[in-house]
Amino acid sequence: MNELGFPILSLMLAVPMAAAVACLFVSANAARWIALLATLVDLALGIVLWMNFDIGGAQWQFVEKAALFDRFSWALGIDGIALMLIMLSVFLMPICIGASWEAIQTRVGEYMAAFLLMEVLMIGVFAAQDIYLFYIFFEAGLIPMYLIIGIWGGANRIYASYKFFLYTLLGSVLMLIAMFWMVNEAGTSDIPTLMAYDFPVEAQAWLWLAFFASFAVKMPMWPVHTWLPDAHVQAPTAGSVILAGVLLKMGGYGFIRFSLPMFPAASVDYLWLVFALSMVAVVYTSLIALVQSDMKKLIAYSSVAHMAIVTVGLFAFNRQGLEGALVVMLSHGLVSGALFLCVGVIYDRLHTREIDRYGGLSINMPRYALLFLLFTMASIGLPGTSGFVGEFLSLVGVYEVSSWAAIVCTTGIILGAAYMLYLYRRVAYGVIKSDDVAAMPDLNKREIALLLPIALVVLWMGVYPESFMAPMRKDVGALEARLASVKPAGDAQVKMGKAPALTPAAHAEEGHH
Amino acid sequence: MNYELWFQLASPEIVLSISSLALLLIAAWGGVQSSRLVSVLTVVALFGALALSFNFLLNPSFAEGADAFYGQYRMDRFASLSKILVFLSAIGCIIVAPKFFARGNLMRPEYPILILFATIGMGLMVSAVDLLTLYVGLEMQSLAAYVLASFLRSDDRSAEAGLKYFVLGALASGILLFGMSLLYGFTGTTSFIGIQTAFSDGVSTGALFGIVFVLSGLAFKISAVPFHMWTPDVYEGAPTPVTTFFATAPKVAAMALTMRVAIEAFGGQQSVWQQIVIFVALASIILGGVAAIGQQNIKRLLAYSSINNVGFILIGLATGTEAGASAMMTYLIIYVAMTLGSFICVLDLNDRDGRPVEEIAKLAGLSKTRPGLAAALAVFMFSLAGIPPLFGFWGKFVVFDAAVAAGLIPLAAIGIAASVIGAFYYLKVVKVMYFDEPADVIAPSDSAARMALVTLTALFVSPLGYFATLALSPVTAGAAKALFWAA
Repeated sequence: MNELGFPILSLMLAVPMAAAVACLFVSANAARWIALLATLVDLALGIVLWMNFDIGGAQWQFVEKAALFDRFSWALGIDGIALMLIMLSVFLMPICIGASWEAIQTRVGEYMAAFLLMEVLMIGVFAAQDIYLFYIFFEAGLIPMYLIIGIWGGANRIYASYKFFLYTLLGSVLMLIAMFWMVNEAGTSDIPTLMAYDFPVEAQAWLWLAFFASFAVKMPMWPVHTWLPDAHVQAPTAGSVILAGVLLKMGGYGFIRFSLPMFPAASVDYLWLVFALSMVAVVYTSLIALVQSDMKKLIAYSSVAHMAIVTVGLFAFNRQGLEGALVVMLSHGLVSGALFLCVGVIYDRLHTREIDRYGGLSINMPRYALLFLLFTMASIGLPGTSGFVGEFLSLVGVYEVSSWAAIVCTTGIILGAAYMLYLYRRVAYGVIKSDDVAAMPDLNKREIALLLPIALVVLWMGVYPESFMAPMRKDVGALEARLASVKPAGDAQVKMGKAPALTPAAHAEEGHH
Repeated sequence: MNYELWFQLASPEIVLSISSLALLLIAAWGGVQSSRLVSVLTVVALFGALALSFNFLLNPSFAEGADAFYGQYRMDRFASLSKILVFLSAIGCIIVAPKFFARGNLMRPEYPILILFATIGMGLMVSAVDLLTLYVGLEMQSLAAYVLASFLRSDDRSAEAGLKYFVLGALASGILLFGMSLLYGFTGTTSFIGIQTAFSDGVSTGALFGIVFVLSGLAFKISAVPFHMWTPDVYEGAPTPVTTFFATAPKVAAMALTMRVAIEAFGGQQSVWQQIVIFVALASIILGGVAAIGQQNIKRLLAYSSINNVGFILIGLATGTEAGASAMMTYLIIYVAMTLGSFICVLDLNDRDGRPVEEIAKLAGLSKTRPGLAAALAVFMFSLAGIPPLFGFWGKFVVFDAAVAAGLIPLAAIGIAASVIGAFYYLKVVKVMYFDEPADVIAPSDSAARMALVTLTALFVSPLGYFATLALSPVTAGAAKALFWAA
């Protein structure tokens, strides 16, 4: 079986699945408790998983395989990258349930069932070791998310839910055709085998584009990002947390699991495309974020900018870039989730996301202002928070490949500081403008219990990122080795400076340059 | 000559023929009061035929299949699997009918008997290996279907549907017959295998016309674009149980017949018909998707959905491979479950006075008033759209996999991209049921039989269906293999 003697990954899928079914048949309050309990059990299982993960051991651990279906099998297993993303999912889920505790009052059972189903599918995406099983988990997330946005969303929820569904569906279907071709060619649907398979170079370009269509929409990359602000603004708070926290990471995970190792030659050929789109995204969406009047929209656009840093980092083809991109993914999952929760906290009190309606919250909500400040700083990438580690590493990695990309993407950090600080100033500083804002109470215990764990992890990741990077190191190394043969030369060859030497031989060598 | 074997091979049709004639007598003497008895006996007879077909499917001694009546009729695994689907659909359509016709006292014993006649015709269609058997089976099915379409005599829409179906159906039969006469004229035989042999050294222009006409006639029967025009009108006008029937059993039979003709009779000349099938498939997928968007009536919407699905099934035929044929059978099995389920959901949509509700707008907020029915209909809609993890995805999966394996990658790419158009209108139904404020029009269900069938089909198309794939794939592969026996 595996290291633990029981199928822990299947269990992590079964617990929320069973709870989801149970939630449909019980009262609202019971559904809340069942959902919270199930997500906490999954979190506990996730911790067991992490504790037992053998860092530096076999690449694929906790492997399970059962030939349950025709043409594809129930194959699960994780490497360090999947482990960290699963941890992110199971960590955010109880927080999402907690965030919906009071905000959701209609159809609670169905709501909790949809969220638990999302958890099943998210863990499934990261744990699947069969390419078709991956596709099923990847696509199935559309249905619960469509319902979450459409039923419990804001005023313009129907437009947003359609846009979300059809955009992501259109992106993914071509990937399925590419998968058929790959499985026919390689004769297996096993992901680890496919990762080592050398597809013909001329086919790689097409396959890469088909996968790119899917992951670029999911990520989302400019110019196919437009579904994201709509979906975020209309989704309920917890829906936004899951969307920004985990669903966007599926795109990055797809690049690192499929596009890069399976089509290395095409990845280099289309480097210009990824870099160009990411560079546009960083600057363009940051500028858009600067002029937003809706808080959620601002954070949504900042997500697009952060995800662009992930894509450039991934396509840097070196260790710093890859590790940096992964840390940005984890960090952004926590920070943007927390920022959406912060928006949710004040939205629950005043029922508006208009930035202009607020002001001076640090006067009557000091605890809120403190936590909001921490997450704002983490989003900017202040040293000591998780954001810094990831962005620094990514940009170092990118600099080795293309100094222009690095320069343009670094402006994103400056612009990021601009729009986040501007947001914070308008919401938390200044004077209180109206009575209803003045009447807003500070965070209650439930809200502190939601935000504090994220704050602690953000600081942990900022101060000692080794805990999070150690499990992924070997996998990043394996990917780097896979990409070594096609690695682009880059335009910034960093060399160790030489001390001035006095020997004539050294001078002669100097002259050859 | 071995009459004993021949009769054994044709036993499902023989059982049904004898019972239909006996039941007709009961109906003639018993009058309207006998309709319940006749319905029950019809279902019993169909279950008998079903058991016989299962025997042919699973019994290893019939693995090879066998011809009967001087090469007019074949019972093989392909025919038996198709018959099982046809019989199951017919049973479903008979079980749900009495409640529908009860309002206004319109139930007649002729309803189950006409379905039985149509079913016999379909049994002949899927077993036909000769143009004459083909035509006899097709006409037997069609004539019964024309009467069924106009079964609500007092309803104008029903009468109109019957007339339209009859006129256009007769035209299609004429086209088919013309094609068949051309084929006979240029090959000198009506047997499928004989035609294949005659084509082995090329197709003359006259025979090519024959192929085109035969395929056009069959395209009408499976309601593929550009011969689909009758479908929305007939589906809308016909009584809903009859529409349920039209959308399931005859589709399976006509599709099976098309497969048999294309692969067996025209098997050696795939290049001749492949481009026709590709065009028809893509046109059906795209038109079935685009035209459905504006529909306000759920029966019309489902009619376009069936056109759309026929397009996907035809992609399997375009491959011309065994994998493609097996994928088509898998798709048909799932299609029957999805279509049967969604039409029975529609049957259950009645207002407080018991009048059927067909407008999509009136389903608003159904998830609050009838959560179970709304959930089932949502499952069918997502499944028809082919969204994983619902089982409808598996049908598209195998069909597109076969297309990619056969090298038809552009066809697969365009087809699957066009499936997103279809997703839009399926989503619309879900949106109306789940996102809109309740219109509170729909009354609670009054039929346990309907609910049982809906539950059964919904469970099959739910993700649980994937556990059936291991059992299904050898069956569909065996059916496909039987089809390619002469290749």
